[in-house]
Amino acid sequence: MSRMKLVLVGNGMAGIRTLEELLKAAPEQYDITVFGDEPHPNYNRIMLSPVLAGEQTVEQIILNGRDWYAAHGITLHTGKRVVKIDRTRRVVEADDGDGGKIIAGYDRLLLATGSKPFILPVPGADLEGVVGFRDIADVERMIEASTSHRHAVVIGGGLLGLEAANGLKARGMEVSVVHIAPWLLERQLDEPAARLLQQSLEAKGLKFLLEKQTAEILPASLSPSPSPEGGGEQRVGALRFKDGTEVPADLVVMAVGIRPNTALAESAGLLCNRGLVVTDTLQSATDPRIYAVGECVSHRGVAYGLVAPLFEQAKVCANHLAEHGVARYQGSLTSTKLKVTGIDLFSAGDFMGGQDTESLVFSDAAAGTYKKLVIKDNKLVGACIYGDTIDGTWYFDLLREGTDISQFRKTILFGQHHLGDSGHGPAERVAALPDTAEICGCNGVCKGTIVAAIRDLKLFTLDEVKAHTKASASCGSCTGLVEAVLAHTVGGNYSAAPSKKPLCKCTEHSHDDVIAAIRDQELKSMDAVFQALEWSTPDGCATCRPAVNYYLLARWPAEYQDDAQSRFINERAHGNIQKDGSFSVVPRMWGGLTNPRELRAIADVAEKFKVPEVKVTGGQRIDLFGVKKEDLPAMWKDLSDAGFVSGHAYGKALRTVKTCVGSQWCRFGTQDSTGLGVKLEQLTWGSWMPHKFKLAVSGCPRNCAEATIKDFGVVCVESGYELHVGGNGGIKVRVTDLLCRVETEAQVMEYCGAYTQLYREEAHYLERTAPWVERVGLNHIKAKIVDDAAGRAALYERFKFGQQFAQIDPWKERAEGTAAHEFQPIRIVANPVPA
Amino acid sequence: MNDWIPIASLEDIPRQGCRIVELEHDDMLNRIAVFRTVTDHIHAVRDKCPHRGGPLSQGIVHGGQVTCPLHSWKIDLASGEAVLPDKGCARTYATKVEGGRVYLRVAQA
Repeated sequence: MSRMKLVLVGNGMAGIRTLEELLKAAPEQYDITVFGDEPHPNYNRIMLSPVLAGEQTVEQIILNGRDWYAAHGITLHTGKRVVKIDRTRRVVEADDGDGGKIIAGYDRLLLATGSKPFILPVPGADLEGVVGFRDIADVERMIEASTSHRHAVVIGGGLLGLEAANGLKARGMEVSVVHIAPWLLERQLDEPAARLLQQSLEAKGLKFLLEKQTAEILPASLSPSPSPEGGGEQRVGALRFKDGTEVPADLVVMAVGIRPNTALAESAGLLCNRGLVVTDTLQSATDPRIYAVGECVSHRGVAYGLVAPLFEQAKVCANHLAEHGVARYQGSLTSTKLKVTGIDLFSAGDFMGGQDTESLVFSDAAAGTYKKLVIKDNKLVGACIYGDTIDGTWYFDLLREGTDISQFRKTILFGQHHLGDSGHGPAERVAALPDTAEICGCNGVCKGTIVAAIRDLKLFTLDEVKAHTKASASCGSCTGLVEAVLAHTVGGNYSAAPSKKPLCKCTEHSHDDVIAAIRDQELKSMDAVFQALEWSTPDGCATCRPAVNYYLLARWPAEYQDDAQSRFINERAHGNIQKDGSFSVVPRMWGGLTNPRELRAIADVAEKFKVPEVKVTGGQRIDLFGVKKEDLPAMWKDLSDAGFVSGHAYGKALRTVKTCVGSQWCRFGTQDSTGLGVKLEQLTWGSWMPHKFKLAVSGCPRNCAEATIKDFGVVCVESGYELHVGGNGGIKVRVTDLLCRVETEAQVMEYCGAYTQLYREEAHYLERTAPWVERVGLNHIKAKIVDDAAGRAALYERFKFGQQFAQIDPWKERAEGTAAHEFQPIRIVANPVPA
Repeated sequence: MNDWIPIASLEDIPRQGCRIVELEHDDMLNRIAVFRTVTDHIHAVRDKCPHRGGPLSQGIVHGGQVTCPLHSWKIDLASGEAVLPDKGCARTYATKVEGGRVYLRVAQA
């Protein structure tokens, strides 16, 4: 069988990323040929600024060396420009640089021709010393100029222009930045933020000429008087503006924007409109054999210039080239978080605002901090931050998720106080941290290790950093910091996560997509889900299987058969695995109440099975540590005979209801908190949840049961009961929000069941109630639980229906022989065999 | 040389699951995890993750890999190698299935 031929035109980041994704998905499918008009293999274009500034070398920014192409059998033509596509014969024709031609035939053609700097059409634009800022050749010209000339003028006060100016200044030139708009970075910043930026850049020695329009570029000998030579290889000498003023210039860098490079596509008759027009499958609208990715592309009218969207396109395009045919590119929401000469900026969305929006502004010019948040209909629609950008990713999440912010509108400007920062505190900027600062406390990863990995292994995304360094791979609380280190190190055009987060690497679909499909398409088995949603793996992975198993169980409690092999070991063995492979056992004690008979039974069990350690837990239960797995069923039988059921201390499930002594004994108690706790635990035990779920009932506002850091907390008062939701201790302590007040115990039970069911139906697997409440907003929960009596009753009914199937004690079942193979090893005494 | 040890019938090992075989051999106790994949392939691997010694037998089996329950390293069951970017290797043992019986070979190299 002969392989199909794939030709890639454009040897840059988007095209090569597509090949990398393709080689992962279908390594044997194509004979691949790559044409690039630059003489270099694929390099990291984002890092041109550090090269210009002398912080890195060209060799350091090469992403794929020539050995990579060779190792994958890819034919590479560098320094060869493709000049013609013959779509009828399906061949491309390249200029070999010596007057000859290179011809390559294709079955599929991938165009990734990128973009070109826009050169102002003014007289003198073709003079020697007028350059763009786009590729290694431009940078080499600029560095060369810096060694022999003095005055540099950068036209354009955008991202690229400021980075060029910074680099040239670092190379010792006098640099002026000319900008047509009234303030710098007008596409990323509003005026007050831009003024702060300008001040700090001026302090570094840069000069700014704002609201200046370039009229003409003058050759050295024509300035001030006309030269007799004229034309040819004359060097630039000055710049003249429309208002008649002039500045000296030995080097002019044009950084006024980029244009999609579509000349080749247009000559081949492909539809172009400010970019090569592509479909959601990244095929040319004109010729489906031709794919295109990167800056040359126009998708739904948008051309992207940041890395993250291009990589999303690469992934989708590779999926189709590999003929899996399931992925769709639906556009990207981008944010800019960048580092210009040691200054942190972040902006996203509609940060200017308009007539129908409101703005919240925090400004401290002396400290160099400015924050502006734009709000519309109680949702964040734009953000512009200068100075302390640690909360940028949080704001971007709020913006992307469309979270209702009305509950924390008063404090939103001060940032996410409990943003994961491993205790470094938001004030401590990532840039200022020493290399030895520990970023990830779980896995002991310090900043220097992360930075080295990003540089040496050429990492771009949070997932890649996680895989290679393990930073933020465990509890995830340092994710914000790791992302900040990534943004700081990659600098330039780093942009945050993709618009939609897939559930795992087996699928393009998000948690919400899967939940909706299981509900709407009535999918009732794991295989049905994998088929309907076109999973890329035959039986999923350790991330998606437990999630899908939970979603099926939560939606179809009567019909779906729980899949033990899709459960994490703790839930499969109904005990907590410890670091030595032994297990711990926690019997349920309703509301934390016990009695001498129960305590005696636990003591007997502990002695009989030689339990090495017995401890009281934070949730008012007794924990037996160090139990061998094969002893578990026998131990459970004894506990079961004494009346105990599983405490589910090991599960994504209802854990405990913590109580104080309440009105029966306490002189302050207002209601029977212990009795209510027992009733709540009897209602909710055995229920599987997206994550662990804890309750508490306090008998008075002194709150001895710590009900305000629980997933659902009840605080008794004289007139009834306060219901609190969405709290937790742990990594990020979050105090609950007050849901409402009710008058009777029966109401507490109904509200509790309904709220629990809403969480079970809507939250993402492994999302605790605290982040869930923050994501959907308290108003959403109030609307469903407090305001809608019929909806609340229906949720409560669904919860109770599911409990019929959930409240079967797993310990008793296993003590009676269920899943015996799980607990019993096969023991073999082998006869000594001759070697 | 017939040193294949019969250990169980295929049905004794749950699909996408594992059984631990404790093999007493020359006064040594070997804990070997015998996996059955979704496609009914059988693989035997020493029950010790090359990372920090976690019990691989207790992990979730997906495709031809198992994810260690302690720190989520993925181990390729056929080779015992950790999936990149993690690096390490768990010892593997030869297996075969004949007439519905699973055999294991703990040959000395």
